[in-house]
Amino acid sequence: MDVFSSLMDGFATALTPMNFLYAVIGVVLGTAVGVLPGLGPAMTVALLLPVTQVLEPTSAFIMFAGIYYGGMYGGSTTSILLNTPGESSSVVTAIEGHKMAKAGRAAQALATAAIGSFVAGTIGTTLLAVCAPIVVKFAVSLGSPSYFAIMILALLAVTAVLGSSRLRGFASLGLGLAIGLVGMDSVTGQRRLTFGQPLLTDGLDIVVVAVAIFAVGEALWVAAHLRRTPANIIPVGQPWMRKQDWKRSWKPWLRGTVYGFPFGALPAGGAEIPTFLSYVTEKRLSKHPEEFGKGAIEGVAGPEAANNAAAAGTLTPLLAMGLPTNATAAVMLAAFTSYGIQPGPQLFESEGPLVWALIASLFIGNFLLLVINLPLAPLWAKLLQLPRPYLYAGILFFATLGAYSVNLQAFDLVILLALGALGFMMRRFGLPVLPLILGVILGPRVEGQLRKTLQLFGGDPSGLLSEPIAVGIYIIVAIILVWPLLLKLWRRSRPQAVPAGTAGPLPQDDQAQAGSDLRMAEADGGANDGSEMAEATGSTNQSVHARRRQEEP
Amino acid sequence: MTSLTSRLKGRSELGVALLLGAAGVLVLWDAAGLVTPYSKSDPVGPKTVPYIVAGLLIVCAVMLAINVMRGGQGEVEGGEDVDLSHPADWKTVLPLAGAFVANILLIDWTGWVISGTVLFWGSVWALGSRHYVRDGLISVALSLLTFYGFYLGLGISLPAGLLEGIL
Repeated sequence: MDVFSSLMDGFATALTPMNFLYAVIGVVLGTAVGVLPGLGPAMTVALLLPVTQVLEPTSAFIMFAGIYYGGMYGGSTTSILLNTPGESSSVVTAIEGHKMAKAGRAAQALATAAIGSFVAGTIGTTLLAVCAPIVVKFAVSLGSPSYFAIMILALLAVTAVLGSSRLRGFASLGLGLAIGLVGMDSVTGQRRLTFGQPLLTDGLDIVVVAVAIFAVGEALWVAAHLRRTPANIIPVGQPWMRKQDWKRSWKPWLRGTVYGFPFGALPAGGAEIPTFLSYVTEKRLSKHPEEFGKGAIEGVAGPEAANNAAAAGTLTPLLAMGLPTNATAAVMLAAFTSYGIQPGPQLFESEGPLVWALIASLFIGNFLLLVINLPLAPLWAKLLQLPRPYLYAGILFFATLGAYSVNLQAFDLVILLALGALGFMMRRFGLPVLPLILGVILGPRVEGQLRKTLQLFGGDPSGLLSEPIAVGIYIIVAIILVWPLLLKLWRRSRPQAVPAGTAGPLPQDDQAQAGSDLRMAEADGGANDGSEMAEATGSTNQSVHARRRQEEP
Repeated sequence: MTSLTSRLKGRSELGVALLLGAAGVLVLWDAAGLVTPYSKSDPVGPKTVPYIVAGLLIVCAVMLAINVMRGGQGEVEGGEDVDLSHPADWKTVLPLAGAFVANILLIDWTGWVISGTVLFWGSVWALGSRHYVRDGLISVALSLLTFYGFYLGLGISLPAGLLEGIL
């Protein structure tokens, strides 16, 4: 398969006027939901699923891709101007970005974030185009047992590696898997967890579940803790950079990309770990280390690039193997299924034109985002002034509309409210949302794969271990699961050697250093945004923990 | 924080453990009720995965209960508009949920335009806006726009309800 010519065909499809229009709609919508609090790309794609059923799948996916990338750009604007990262992946950007904005350099911070995102997004998408067919070649050679093992790895790794509490992650995964069980069993036709309710026979619609957990849960949760004093938004002019800023930015952009893409492509990668790694690296390599903690441009350029490269990386396992590793990718997987497209290694074969148009549209979307974000940044910042009652009432309104329009039955709205209450509870008690969504979407696929595999082996469970790759993956899974216990035992046996919280692959001083930066940031964050910064610190600590677990095995 | 409130806080998270346990038992009970003859083409059957999921939920419930009793606590989620310095404001959440329920009850009878207006206006009111007229106009406009947008643009006819014939 010739990557270049396929990609050119993809461009031809993506650049037809209609598809180009959907790309524009996607990136504008994506940037808006990225800037606006309470909304994210995953939820937006879920909300648009029923609406886009009338579109060509290609157009719909071009729009979804725009929303996905746009959300990343918009998120950085919020974290720089408001110091309140909307997503865990922009936590690190807020550290230096908001300091720059306070020092009157918001324009440069936004510019380096936008251009860095463009550079990283373009390189990342190129890597996606090159790597995905290679991954496909590997994936089609895998037998059923190995494929099952990889699905298990993705599910467990996301649950165990990301987030601050593994126990709560698994609880969330369990709830998601249980929700995924509802409905008619596809093999035997048995009704599971339907309680005699005919409306539940087809299972819970993924749109309803995703919208409930993301939108309704979020709106109720924010309503319970709505900030009555408006947040302090730093006014911003036209983003631009001086020669000096360019000189200090380009290397961090490239290094951030190198961190971001592979982590995004791993089953449990995510963007938190590479953004943090990039921050620490830039800090160590910088010629101006004294500026870190006061608004160093490298501390914005590197993590933002890492963030966007990770976003591109995430699409590799999604397109090549049908494995989502973040919430937006999971909802996109559900979208493939709702169009009757079977995701998996065969996707490049069976839906080649669609996949290549999607990849081409990522290049186009990236360029469009640069164009709409650089000159229009002040306009996007204005979105932040939207009165909160309208914003959250609007989220509820469109959530209701989206969920209702799937089947036009009020019963779905009852489910929406019930699961929204679940989403509220999860936020209150620190249960991560991602394992639940992955459980709902991947759960039935994993079960199907298990049954298919054991059918091949006549029900003999040892068939699951019949391929060396599968065995290798189970060993990795076991290490991920058992690792914290081993670490605990090891610490207990040598309590004086490693004080809790500072062990890790990094030299200790570096990590303590980063921690103290964050504390400094918290100290001069002012009374008003003190709690936000504390949150940022907490999440960054999370990623430190997550990274430690990730790397040591 | 007084010791009483912190003890209550510790207890409330036990509710999560209870919910997980209940969900686990429910899945278990439901799976046990399935009757399936053994079939060669489907050796795993529809029961196996529910049993695993139920086991996961029950183990998590027990471990979470132990974790909470030992003083463990979930990390409350923050956000752009979230101010965690004050306790949950039920005076906002309950009316908001009320507006949502009103929509569920009304949508099939009065149609989307009316129930959507009630939903948006009620939500805005619950969230603290007091511009009654402006909010009302926005609510009606949004409901009408979405009704016609869905009908003309997507071919989805939302229920017209009481306004059948007028719209």
